[in-house]
Amino acid sequence: MSEQTERVRKIRQLIAAHKRWDLFFSMLGLMALMVGVLTFTALFAQMVVDGLPRLSPDFFTSFPSRKPEQAGILSAWVGSILVMIVTAATAVPLGVGAGIYLEEYAPKNWVTDLIEINVTNLAGIPSIVYGLLALGLFVYQFGLGQSIATAGLTLGLLILPVVILATREAIRSIPAAIREGAYALGATKWQTTSHHILPYSLPGIMTGAIIGMARAIGETAPVITIGALTFIAFLPPPPVKAEAPFVSLEWLMSPFTVMPIQMFNWTSRPEAAFHHNAAAAGLVLVVMTLSMNAIAIYIRYRLRKRIKW
Amino acid sequence: MPDTFVSDRLARRKLRHVHERFIESALFLAASVSVLTTVGIVVILLKESFVFFQHVSIWNFLTDTQWTPLFSDAHYGILPLLSGTLVSSAVALTVAIPLGTIIAIYLSEFAPFSVREVAKPFLELLGGVPTIVYGYFALLFVTPLIQKIYPELPGFNILSAGLVMGVMIIPYVSSVSEDAMHAVPMSLREGSYAMGATRFQTAIRVVTPAAFSGITAAYILGISRAVGETMILAVAAGMQPNLTWNPLEPAATITAYIVQVALGDLPHGSIGYQTIFAAGLTLALLTLLFNLLGHVLRKRFRQAY
Repeated sequence: MSEQTERVRKIRQLIAAHKRWDLFFSMLGLMALMVGVLTFTALFAQMVVDGLPRLSPDFFTSFPSRKPEQAGILSAWVGSILVMIVTAATAVPLGVGAGIYLEEYAPKNWVTDLIEINVTNLAGIPSIVYGLLALGLFVYQFGLGQSIATAGLTLGLLILPVVILATREAIRSIPAAIREGAYALGATKWQTTSHHILPYSLPGIMTGAIIGMARAIGETAPVITIGALTFIAFLPPPPVKAEAPFVSLEWLMSPFTVMPIQMFNWTSRPEAAFHHNAAAAGLVLVVMTLSMNAIAIYIRYRLRKRIKW
Repeated sequence: MPDTFVSDRLARRKLRHVHERFIESALFLAASVSVLTTVGIVVILLKESFVFFQHVSIWNFLTDTQWTPLFSDAHYGILPLLSGTLVSSAVALTVAIPLGTIIAIYLSEFAPFSVREVAKPFLELLGGVPTIVYGYFALLFVTPLIQKIYPELPGFNILSAGLVMGVMIIPYVSSVSEDAMHAVPMSLREGSYAMGATRFQTAIRVVTPAAFSGITAAYILGISRAVGETMILAVAAGMQPNLTWNPLEPAATITAYIVQVALGDLPHGSIGYQTIFAAGLTLALLTLLFNLLGHVLRKRFRQAY
């Protein structure tokens, strides 16, 4: 009898020991998450402490300067926005088009396989290699020079896989019944796609496009590689003009700088005063990318809640 | 009523057909841009490197222990840049792979729903922080912090750049691994629980092996990120080529070198200009090598349900 209670006791001990492992691992997991949280907090705190005093309206309306107290990010944020316009104009139509083709049109053959493998592999290529492509192709072969157009096209190609994958995923989640219904009423493929598939997948596509843009706005390496200047004390020519046709595309060919390059330039200077500028620019940059990401996450969250097929 | 009545709609069919064809070709062109990008990358890298390798023999490139292409006494040995790249990646992966895997297992098998709902978007945000910001953080926060413990650490060093890069890569490793674990069918877990296994035992001995091919993919993605990462290293690890395996020293990586050259003003067609393409080709081949390795591993360990 006592031998049996002894055995039960041992089994209980064994179970308790295993349960301790469970608890231990839960703690370990939380600690691992905490590493991320702490790093992020430290990063944000460091930038706020260093940079917040520099964030005055003047900081946004001044050009970079040799005197750290007078320097600002005017040319950088204007450049970033203009580059993003070109990037969006490149990546969104191409990415959505490619996504629709692969999901709705592509026949099952080796060409389709090739494209699919390609998209997956492109996502793994280091961004600086895109910079080299752009340097050889856009800057010298096409003669676009070190301009906003080159940077926008480069970043557009860079985020193309993101947009394609998001489009495909969004389209794939639409039930076949929707397509069948449209075909049954005599709609053509494009009518089905443009009237049904595209509108229903729009939130998913937007999520992907915004995440891609958030990535592009923070990309530094490919933009440096194409030879963007780090010291720009003028703005590109305005996109509107007084005489007809009122729209000017001159800004596309203008030299430029972008936010991350401006920040890099200030970070790599030895004077501490410039580091404060870098922190302030970093703060603006982080708020920009994080709010874009947050918008994307929010759209996806609402989408998951709202749509039930 | 005339005896050959053709419906208006039927008459439009031909036009519709042309219209449809046109759209299909346009969409196909959009899809083929990705292929053209790859072709472009390969052609540009090979073309410019080819000119470079007419000046410098491949043997020299691979065995010379000095990289001083911009000096008058020019040496073109990729080894110093390669060592910088490999050491910094190793430091980053020592951080990212264990932490990323633990987080993935925790989120997929242990975490309550509420923790998951908060942690996943947070990790995504962590992955969305621009790398230049991480570079700033490594140079002006992490390096001074480590210098308090180990005062001999130089201002530029691989260690702090690698550590910060590791934290940056965690989300990539954890999210792909977690997706793989999520895809493991519930019945496997239920079977394990039914045999009396605990959560930990189920996670380690059932779910992780079953998801191994996906986890390998996550590691390969992490490695590619580490090898190709540029700004953190350019900012915090210095731009001086240095053949070393010691993470406490400063060293330039392949990517940092490309940035350094691009910041200067090298004339198109000069040998200095061509070096960055040779360096880029090395980087691309390195990533390709790891991806192929990953492909082989995945095939080997793939489990179908």
